[in-house]
Amino acid sequence: MTAELLTGGEAIAHGMRQGQPDVVPVYPITPQTPIIQVFSKFVSDGRSHAELVDVESEHSAMSAAIGAALAGARTMTATSSQGLALMAEVVYIAASMRAPIAMAIGNRALSGPINIHCDHSDSMLIRDSGIVQLFAENAQEAYDLMVMAPRIAEHPDVLLPVAVCLDGFTITHAAEPVELLPDDVVATFVGEYHVPHPMLEVSSPTTRGPFAMPDYYYYELRHAQGVALRNALDVFIDVAAEFEALSGRRYEPVQSYRLDGAERVLIALGSTAGTIKDAVDELRDEGEAVGLLRITPFRPLPMDEIRAALAGAQRVIVLDRADSPGGVAPLGAEIAATLYGSECELERHVYGLGGRDLGVADVRAIFAGGTPDHFGVREHSWPA
Amino acid sequence: MSQLTEIRWHARAGQGAKTAAQTLALALLAEGKSVQAFPEYGPERRGAPLRAFTRISDTPIRRHDGVTEPGLVVVLEPSLVHETDVTEGLLSGGAVLINADERPAELAAGDVHCIPADRIAADHNLAFANIAMLGAVAAWLGAPSLEHLQDAAVRTLGAKASNADVRAAVAEGYAWPR
Repeated sequence: MTAELLTGGEAIAHGMRQGQPDVVPVYPITPQTPIIQVFSKFVSDGRSHAELVDVESEHSAMSAAIGAALAGARTMTATSSQGLALMAEVVYIAASMRAPIAMAIGNRALSGPINIHCDHSDSMLIRDSGIVQLFAENAQEAYDLMVMAPRIAEHPDVLLPVAVCLDGFTITHAAEPVELLPDDVVATFVGEYHVPHPMLEVSSPTTRGPFAMPDYYYYELRHAQGVALRNALDVFIDVAAEFEALSGRRYEPVQSYRLDGAERVLIALGSTAGTIKDAVDELRDEGEAVGLLRITPFRPLPMDEIRAALAGAQRVIVLDRADSPGGVAPLGAEIAATLYGSECELERHVYGLGGRDLGVADVRAIFAGGTPDHFGVREHSWPA
Repeated sequence: MSQLTEIRWHARAGQGAKTAAQTLALALLAEGKSVQAFPEYGPERRGAPLRAFTRISDTPIRRHDGVTEPGLVVVLEPSLVHETDVTEGLLSGGAVLINADERPAELAAGDVHCIPADRIAADHNLAFANIAMLGAVAAWLGAPSLEHLQDAAVRTLGAKASNADVRAAVAEGYAWPR
């Protein structure tokens, strides 16, 4: 397989095209716009049969997506930042109506002040919506995860929306080598769209999105939704194994990078993991016992895998690219809960808000116990 | 080029710095290099100073931080030297390639090469200096080959310019008199 030079946005658009969606509701927002722009061109060029629906907002985009997905059409979309904020209400509905929509999020800071650059505050805003969230490190991973997304979303044990999260500009707009699988290989891998009781199948009518009272159904349906989201972890592992057989590229819930004998371990999501790998290699060459744990699905969170991977770590340092004013930043809070009762020290940093750069030198400084001035906030650690 | 090479491109928005950064990457990818090309997005307005970057390596490029210490700086728009220190962070032993007939006073020191890329572009009916400068960059780096770079430039520019003009401008930049 030869690599092509593609931006992360272009790579995602190819993944969408090859996944053969029937309906793609679109609304532009930076830095996601290149995704739907390139995808729209595929439709105009006859390379996708998708019905492109030009909607008037992201709220409408997800609303249209739910209708299409439940009617019996494979459905995809993409958004960022304020668009996701406007969409958020309907993302909860999509998850509760068990609509298997595959989407991309070009991660961008939430306003205000208004900022178009990367952080993870938009994805974290829908953390509890019931959507699956997969974070890509680079353009190749963005493509690969987009190819896998419909398989995970549409699995009968899951039936939930899946978001592939890629860092805005850093990945969406950076051109890198990307290996695309052949169209027919992806078509076979993804298969036909199938949901139980599609609404256009009038011979077996069903009720969707009903009212649920305190004494019946609400709790049960929420519980079922939570079970389905947890099921998505095993499904991710199975789908990733199948994908590896096709592509030779391996995906796991957590990626352990040089954790053998690592005393200090950084934890991060997204493109920063690549920068950390370079810093880890430098420090390992200098004899420092450091490593990286990268988490791919933030929802469902692979708590057992995280705990197992960190069993030998003395100090765990969490890098959060979103904050939680007045509380604990999301990834740090999750890791603290995951490691509760463990002997290791925990240190948490908020970094990279609004696209603030994190360089290899910054990563080295953090491993050395410091906090670079321009870098962000060092939050409470345990022990203090 | 066994280790990481980082290039910073200076231009005004609309002058093709992003295209140049990507075209170089495309040509080097064809030669088996690992590459990364990305622009720096600031205020989105035509004419604003803009920087773009190309990373080149023999091993897979994993880092996604900004380029702060380039080994080569390419200036597509010479007037930028009046308002920007284009040599900021330039590695020792690094060079500046600038689209200019004469060396600007602001760049009195260091390894600076002037390429008359505006003139080359005009001679070949091209609106911007980026294609001729790409040729000079490849000559300075020792890679990609002229042919690979020409192929990549033709592919990137598509129907925007005649293929013969693009190939000629790349070649003239490649053979710029040092």
